[in-house]
Amino acid sequence: MIGIAVASIEFRGVVKRYADSAPTLPGLDLHIRDGEFMVLVGPSGCGKSTTLRMIAGLESVTAGELWIGDRLVNDLPPRDRDVAMVFQNYALYPHMTVFENMAFGLRVRKQPEREIRTRVEAAAETLGLVELLARKPGQLSGGQCQRVALGRAMVRDPQVFLFDEPLSNLDAELRVQMRASIGRLHREFGTTSVYVTHDQVEAMTLGSRIAILNGGELMQVGTPMELYSDPDNVFVAGFMGSPPMNILPVSNLGHALENRLLQLPRQGLERFGAELLLGLRPETLCPAAEAPAHWVRFSAPVEMVETLGAEMLVHLGEGDERLVARLPGLRSLTPGESLSLAFDPAALYLFDAGTRQRLREPRAVVAPESELVTP
Amino acid sequence: MRQILTQNQSAAGALESPRWRRLKSVLRDVFSWRFALLVFASLVVIYPLLWVVSLAFSGQQSLQLVQDTRDLGLWGQLAALVPLPEQWSLQNFRAVLTEQPFMRWLLNSVVVAAGTTVIGLVLSCTAAYAFSRFRFPGRNRGLMLFLVSQMFPAVLMLIPLYVIVVQWLGLGNSWLGLILVYAITALPFCVWMLKGYFDTLPFEIEESALLEGASRLTIFYRIILPLARPAIAVTGLFSFMTAWNEFILASIFMDDEALYTVPVGLRFFVSDYSSEWGYFAAGSILVSVPVILLFLALQRFLVSGLSAGAVKG
Ligand SMILES: Nc1ncnc2c1ncn2[C@@H]1O[C@H](COP(=O)(O)OP(=O)(O)OP(=O)(O)O)[C@@H](O)[C@H]1O
Ligand SMILES: [Mg+2]
Repeated sequence: MIGIAVASIEFRGVVKRYADSAPTLPGLDLHIRDGEFMVLVGPSGCGKSTTLRMIAGLESVTAGELWIGDRLVNDLPPRDRDVAMVFQNYALYPHMTVFENMAFGLRVRKQPEREIRTRVEAAAETLGLVELLARKPGQLSGGQCQRVALGRAMVRDPQVFLFDEPLSNLDAELRVQMRASIGRLHREFGTTSVYVTHDQVEAMTLGSRIAILNGGELMQVGTPMELYSDPDNVFVAGFMGSPPMNILPVSNLGHALENRLLQLPRQGLERFGAELLLGLRPETLCPAAEAPAHWVRFSAPVEMVETLGAEMLVHLGEGDERLVARLPGLRSLTPGESLSLAFDPAALYLFDAGTRQRLREPRAVVAPESELVTP
Repeated sequence: MRQILTQNQSAAGALESPRWRRLKSVLRDVFSWRFALLVFASLVVIYPLLWVVSLAFSGQQSLQLVQDTRDLGLWGQLAALVPLPEQWSLQNFRAVLTEQPFMRWLLNSVVVAAGTTVIGLVLSCTAAYAFSRFRFPGRNRGLMLFLVSQMFPAVLMLIPLYVIVVQWLGLGNSWLGLILVYAITALPFCVWMLKGYFDTLPFEIEESALLEGASRLTIFYRIILPLARPAIAVTGLFSFMTAWNEFILASIFMDDEALYTVPVGLRFFVSDYSSEWGYFAAGSILVSVPVILLFLALQRFLVSGLSAGAVKG
């Protein structure tokens, strides 16, 4: 089993239904490539853990096919899948020392004791656990526990690593450290990994690709940059980026988009419905005075200002037309004051108000007036 | 306490020495109503025990340690309330251990109680694990039935048990019959107790082991049982004590004097035809010794929180 087998993971129309309720996953198609670090994100209860546990074999597959490498694993018991999992609550064996914890899997598989010792010591070395090998989990800090859990997964040299929110019980600083270690381990060993998290910073920094789930549906899969710069729908747009993309309702006049804040002349809108959603990243907004001439300008009353040092988050607008701008934190703004902002018309996103799907326009349409090519 | 006191001292200056303060606080504790209540309760418990002890060491068979109290005056009569024998003697113990078949009874009791504990634990650990971890038809109803069976007094089962064990199985007058009966009557309590504990062990520990290649049986032996040691110690002790102290069933199932368990044997000393209270007391003390030893031996397992640290947050 251990060797150079290809460890891609493929969900083909996988359905998961827990005891006669509505299906948790109504039909998942997802291909995780060999050696990839795939991050699953999504709101609570969207089925991330379920997906992961199906790969591990801890949950059954209701319908569809689940492949690991060239094996159909639907009915394969967990121990034959050659996967290792790191749990949110560490799940160490409390009555065993750190060494025994890491050695357990190898001992169960009847590896020679010499081999076990070498492997455990190597893993302990990598993870900085050498001094802790004789301790029991009760005598370790949370971060150390999670490193032991990581080591326990590593020593078996599995085909696939699964992580279910491994860092969410740690404090912010440790989380950053552990995130870096996990990233380093993946670069070093290149083992196919699937990582579940709530935290989009973790997702962005660790993932080769990210799969965004919502209510059991796969919203989009792509590299972090693809998801950030080319979201398929409002959900993904709102999920990636912090603060999230501003979504403003606009009316489609055919030749322009309009709402109470702004008016935006634009070609090629005839194909779209009457009500649209306009997506604007907070970081694409800048003060009107500093913007190039062809940018779209508008002004809105300041509601609140959050100062972050080098930059500030300005909350503007009223009612449905609220947005956040990320601006250099240089001047002082008072709530109520009217602020003039501008954005590049090429940097906006359009979504259908009903389906909330992205409306893609041909590149040329959004080009500056002078270079316009009429279709 | 000590810390608080020393802190107070530095605040109050050198007016009162720390020792004096400590003494004062101890005195305050001693003269509180709570302390009085505890002392009273302890006396109520200990007083009869003292009688048994002095009876056992008096070397006599009579319940009266001081022969005649009428001419002794008030103080003498009060002193007679204090359970002290007129002379100390090990005669009762010697007699119980040598002249009476007490050792034989003790052996019976040990075999029966140990057998009950072992069989009871094997059955209840496996059953409780299944109830805790597997979902199968009749699971809830089974647990409920166990509970319901505990609502009836044990005496109620006397006749059916006698019919089944003695008449049908022919296991009257044998260790095995008693062991079976005790193990099975203790089962509902043991299963509930252990299931409750197994329920508190996080699933992820087992799932992790499952992924590492362990079978259910390996997980049960190498992870669940070691983690459940405190609960197993308690249930084991319970089974042992049930078997060790039981009288009614034992007296009915065992006709042969050589097969009596200790409680039945002890009763023999103070039957209609004899009243050897001294032997009875000495025997009672001897019977308590193994139980006390068992408690001491298991004490370190009775520490809860063994699973602390398995899971954080
Ligand atoms: N054993 C189970 N029995 C029934 N329903 C379950 C079970 N486990 C999960 N579910 C349901 O399936 C859905 C998805 O659960 P899952 O644990 O996969 O969510 P998640 O995305 O991991 O959420 P979180 O981020 O909160 O961990 C939830 O609605 C949950 O209620
Ligand atoms: Mg989850």
